[in-house]
Amino acid sequence: MLVTTTKGDMDDSLLEKREGTVDNDNELTTWVEYWLEGELVHRSAHVTLKKTVTLTSSVASF
Amino acid sequence: MSELMLGEHQLGTATLVSRTSLTSPTTDTLKAALYLASATKDASTTVYNTTGEVSGTGYTAGGVTVTAATAPTSTNASATAGVAFFTPTASLVYTTVTLSTAFDCVLIYNFTQSLKAISVHTFGSQTITAGTFTLTMPSNTTTTALLRLATT
Repeated sequence: MLVTTTKGDMDDSLLEKREGTVDNDNELTTWVEYWLEGELVHRSAHVTLKKTVTLTSSVASF
Repeated sequence: MSELMLGEHQLGTATLVSRTSLTSPTTDTLKAALYLASATKDASTTVYNTTGEVSGTGYTAGGVTVTAATAPTSTNASATAGVAFFTPTASLVYTTVTLSTAFDCVLIYNFTQSLKAISVHTFGSQTITAGTFTLTMPSNTTTTALLRLATT
């Protein structure tokens, strides 16, 4: 598979792949990095937002 | 809150009741800009500006257009309790960018209405190198929608 890198498109077989995940109340994040001889040449991230923005009000009674 | 009461944001699909025309309703264009972790963006942010916005290869100041194909929806749980909610209908995708300085915030704002801020969302600090940054929206439900206005 070709990967877009700072050196141009490269076959992933030539690169070291690192992946990670962060999962908490606010987000689910996955990231992938490709390294070439100790140099980071590609990093992508995918964040899924979990926390919403909420405005609240109450109904007045009389 | 006051901007909602004033009807300053026309989200989602066009409705017959529009600020500009009753016969040719229009919707507003929303955009999403990324901000550096060092920037201060919060509920006090009232308008989009470039202060603290990310910069880098492949990123255009102002960010990307938000797909908002579905109008806000509301449900009433009782005579006095209900929720109006809205979520963009597609992920925000910043394709083939290099953003070397850490960022942790997206500002969704109304491009049509004087760049007025709608909401600020934070996440864990990120950098992108010759890659793609994708922000996926939560499900558009009463409890998980990105924007909720609730009465209790």
